[in-house]
Amino acid sequence: MIRRILATAACEFRISLRNRWVSIAVALMGLFSLVLAAAGSAPTGGLGVDRLSVIVASLTSLGVYLVPLLALLMSFDAIAGEAERGTLPLLLTYPVARTEVLVGKMLAHLAVLALACGTGYGLAAVAALSSDPGAVAGLPALIRLFWTSVLLGATFISVGYALSALSRRPSGAAGLAIGLWLGLVVLYDLGLLAAVVADNGGWFTLNAFPLALLANPADAFRLYNLAASEATAAAAGVAGASATIPPWQSLASVLLWPLLVLALAVLGFRRVTP
Amino acid sequence: MTSTLTISGLTKQFAGVTALSDVTLSVAPGERVALLGHNGAGKSTMMKIILGLIPQTAGQVTVCSAAPGSAAARAQVAYLPENAAFHPALTGLEQMRHYLALRGEPATAALPLLEQVGLGAAARRRIGTYSKGMRQRVGLAQALIGSPRLLVLDEPTSGLDPVSRRDFYALLDGLAARGASILLSSHALTEVEARTDRILILSKGRLVAEGPLADLRRQAALPVALHVTPRAGAELDLPGAVAVGGALHLTCAQDEKLALLARITAMGDAVADLEVLPPSLEDIYSHFSQRAGQ
Repeated sequence: MIRRILATAACEFRISLRNRWVSIAVALMGLFSLVLAAAGSAPTGGLGVDRLSVIVASLTSLGVYLVPLLALLMSFDAIAGEAERGTLPLLLTYPVARTEVLVGKMLAHLAVLALACGTGYGLAAVAALSSDPGAVAGLPALIRLFWTSVLLGATFISVGYALSALSRRPSGAAGLAIGLWLGLVVLYDLGLLAAVVADNGGWFTLNAFPLALLANPADAFRLYNLAASEATAAAAGVAGASATIPPWQSLASVLLWPLLVLALAVLGFRRVTP
Repeated sequence: MTSTLTISGLTKQFAGVTALSDVTLSVAPGERVALLGHNGAGKSTMMKIILGLIPQTAGQVTVCSAAPGSAAARAQVAYLPENAAFHPALTGLEQMRHYLALRGEPATAALPLLEQVGLGAAARRRIGTYSKGMRQRVGLAQALIGSPRLLVLDEPTSGLDPVSRRDFYALLDGLAARGASILLSSHALTEVEARTDRILILSKGRLVAEGPLADLRRQAALPVALHVTPRAGAELDLPGAVAVGGALHLTCAQDEKLALLARITAMGDAVADLEVLPPSLEDIYSHFSQRAGQ
């Protein structure tokens, strides 16, 4: 079983390499991280925190948008693309379980994402450390950001697989993926914000709002990183809410979502008849 | 010896349309069986059910003593889809290594397999640059991995040139000699004629004829065609004959053939040449398909 999963992962990683996904993802994360590292250098003195912690807060906001986007772009084609190319029927006659196929693809796509995040965050760390020796204090936060980014990526990669199994056609899967990204990452927070403003400190703000944040993997990722980080003051937006939600809850959300969505993706893939 | 593939009472319906209706057949080890039928006759549907890709509506299918699509069945069955497709970014060698790994076979077998189908020189090129015939050969190479007990080949020779076709059937003969069962569909009736042990004719989802070609020919009892060329200036008395380009074409029933031949040879010098054309597989195929109402 392990051998088949690893073979699938190796094959997918090679395809990602050939499709330029590896270079695109690494270049994108590297570029954005460096820009944030340069922009984040200005206000450090006044806040009394090291440079890297400030950069981590900025990188968290970046990661919340970019990691799900990269994850979905890599994964939406996984099943629908095979179906359209006509490679799926043959693959499914091989003695390999559908779960093994998905887990193998997942490992490859996660490796690409980890490579991209590692490069981007690493560059930011180097930039911060080179000008502020005290930035070492921010390293734990950066490492936490790295592995939570990979988990957030795992959630959205699985979401991509589920959409891919659902739509059967790559164009349909791409549309669904972009729509879902827009909904979960951009509009969800706007909607919550509007609801909080309209509610004006009532039941919704006190009871439903924290749950709504935990229910969204992207928000949980942001909450956990900001709550656990020393640099909450440097971040804006939903950061204020992070004070009311204990980190273990947001961590649980970050950890559980990938498993839950992967299970859904496997169920969706099982229903596909080539 | 137990059959590699047993199908009984197989029926498949898609949203009210009957694709297969009460099909019963079996394929023995080492047997090469050709599945013939019009487009939409149910050939591909039957293959997909045998492979476990789609479920049947009714009936039993047993593949290598296991349920179709079960892990045990998939480990012993090889498939070559119609229009074999692969990821264009991979090389032939990489694709083969991947398939070998999935079947638990050593990766070192990849190049010899590609060489066996004549792709040794192109093994390190991306499949995206391959022609249709080359992709078909990759498909064939992957079907040869391990020692499959059943090969299900959907239009295996489409896109292959005549020489490659001959090599392909030689490969199949080797596999069958080692006990593998082969079920293949084809439109090229003449090549099927010489290279398979048994023929199945599907029409509108029904199995309308089954057996070795000689038996089918006898069952169909189609007329024999004779082409008689008279010597220049000679008049032949052959009722019912049609003159086509200097020759006379006529047909007769199987049991009248010898009497007619005797009459023609009795004409002696007046006859320059005589050809006897038994009904071709095409004729037999049309006969059984039409009788079923196509």
